[in-house]
Amino acid sequence: MTLLLSATGISKRFGGLLAIDNVNLAVPKAAIHAIIGPNGAGKTTLFNCLTSFVKPSAGEIYLNGARIDGLRPDLVASHGIARTYQNIRLFPDLTAIENIMVGLDAKSPESLLGALFATPAHHRKVRDTIARATALLAAVGLVGRGDRLARHLPYGDQRRLEIARAMSIDPVLLLLDEPAAGMNPVESHAMLELIRRLRDEFGLTIILIEHQMRVVMGISERITVLDHGACIAEGTPAEIRENSAVIAAYLGARAAKHGMDALERQG
Amino acid sequence: MPQAGFLQDWLRRATAVDWFLLALRIVVLAVVGTGFVAGLLHPRYGREEWFSFLAFGLTIGAIYALIALGYTMVYGILRMVNFAHGDVFMFGAYAACFSLIACNRAGILNAYPVISFTIAVIVCIAVSAGIAILGERIAYRPFRRGRSLAPLISTLGLSFVLEYSARGMFGAQNKSFPTMPGIDGIVAFAGFSVPRVQLVVVAAAVLTMIVLTLIVMRTRIGTAMRAVAEDKDAATLMGINVDRVIVFTFALGGALAGIAGLLYGLVFKQISFFMGFFLGVKGFGAAVLGGIGNIPGAMLGGYALGLVESLGPAAFLEGLGVTAPYQLRDAIAYTMLVMVLIFRPRGLLGERLSTARA
Repeated sequence: MTLLLSATGISKRFGGLLAIDNVNLAVPKAAIHAIIGPNGAGKTTLFNCLTSFVKPSAGEIYLNGARIDGLRPDLVASHGIARTYQNIRLFPDLTAIENIMVGLDAKSPESLLGALFATPAHHRKVRDTIARATALLAAVGLVGRGDRLARHLPYGDQRRLEIARAMSIDPVLLLLDEPAAGMNPVESHAMLELIRRLRDEFGLTIILIEHQMRVVMGISERITVLDHGACIAEGTPAEIRENSAVIAAYLGARAAKHGMDALERQG
Repeated sequence: MPQAGFLQDWLRRATAVDWFLLALRIVVLAVVGTGFVAGLLHPRYGREEWFSFLAFGLTIGAIYALIALGYTMVYGILRMVNFAHGDVFMFGAYAACFSLIACNRAGILNAYPVISFTIAVIVCIAVSAGIAILGERIAYRPFRRGRSLAPLISTLGLSFVLEYSARGMFGAQNKSFPTMPGIDGIVAFAGFSVPRVQLVVVAAAVLTMIVLTLIVMRTRIGTAMRAVAEDKDAATLMGINVDRVIVFTFALGGALAGIAGLLYGLVFKQISFFMGFFLGVKGFGAAVLGGIGNIPGAMLGGYALGLVESLGPAAFLEGLGVTAPYQLRDAIAYTMLVMVLIFRPRGLLGERLSTARA
């Protein structure tokens, strides 16, 4: 089992607040790994550290054996880490297909002169980019919606487009921040299918943050539980379900004896 | 009746400021209306004159628009006004001036005007874009992290540095711009006549704006610019080097300002170290008028400002019996700016920073 991502001793301090405290994360290739935890547990901050959007105060992050912590965020992206956001952050006034082309383009810079004088090489490149963007739209089920402005798409489609945009930089590791947030059970089931398909078809490794227990338990192979910035448990869904520290963190110590089932029934 | 309801509602809510603004609107409309009617009753200008006012308005408007584009693109991406932009324009004018003088000395200005013009275009673009890039490095990037007004102040400082360097290098007096052969004289058609140079300027400006639109809408760096303008962080995590996009934006704005400098020299035949200030303020005004951050807005704002400034004095000040109304053209231009902003605080086309950016 080769590790794709290995993060050791990650800490992030904001002033007096220790947002993440000595967290370790080891994710093998083509795994689906979930990060759960109550609000404010530091999940999104961990994502921000992995993408170099904030610099960890301590710790080391390796992707495929190469050290990536402290790199410029755009270089981390070009190493192959892509992410989506909890609150959708598409480019609202670009069309769906343009949103994807931003990432495709960043990977292969063109010459401005080629574009201005419309050389055949430039045309070829543009055709190629559009074909790839269309394929990505199709992969997330947005066929025929490429010309609509991102902000005019319905909410569920925006979530899918955000995933397609993340895919556009040809990542090896995809970080999904609450991909099923605000979705009804039918939609979140479709999202689960999509995430699974991304892993199976593209060989992606996926780390997701999720609140809906049904989603988490149904899809992930391993789960890391954060609480107040610290990792309180790590294991398979079955192990996490039985873990009393996790249940205590979610429901308070007294509820712990009722177990995780109640939480799952809530969704 | 909905109309009456609206009126009652307004009366109920209106504050002193609302009454004042209402009065202001009525007064301005009355003054403009009276002047306009009076002007019509005692027509002082014929069709020919009106046409030449119009042509001049479009010419100067094109120059304003080119300058405004630089302000608006930088604002769109950084939410910051680059006050040194007017001086980038001024340096472009000097660069064009010196390259035309050099062509003249080399004896190719009259023999090959097209080649000389091309050289001047390339030199002024290179110089202006270079200064804009340098300005970004010195006066903007070091202050980007802080959420303060520091970049604003530092670009103001840079503006003074550029102005007085120009004064030191090129002298405080006006410099006369070389005359290009072939663009002098008057073109006449359909009973109207217009100086050839104005046609050249308008054509060059329109061509420049088309190229800009293609760059912003059709190229990868243009898409990257629009992406960065909408969400810098998300763009970074898509693998875009934001610093590079910012430098490109400054360079693009600088190049447009350089072309504007060349065109300004061709039209007015005189340039000075201080002109960047006046034209910069006009260009900024035009950008705000059209809705700052909005590329079509900057183009529209530039032309609107130029036309009002050129047609306004004759259209209604003359009728009011104002003496030498043409000297009040700046007052008219800025009054219109204020009025438009009272009616539409976000400018003519709105401040939507990215919608149809080009």
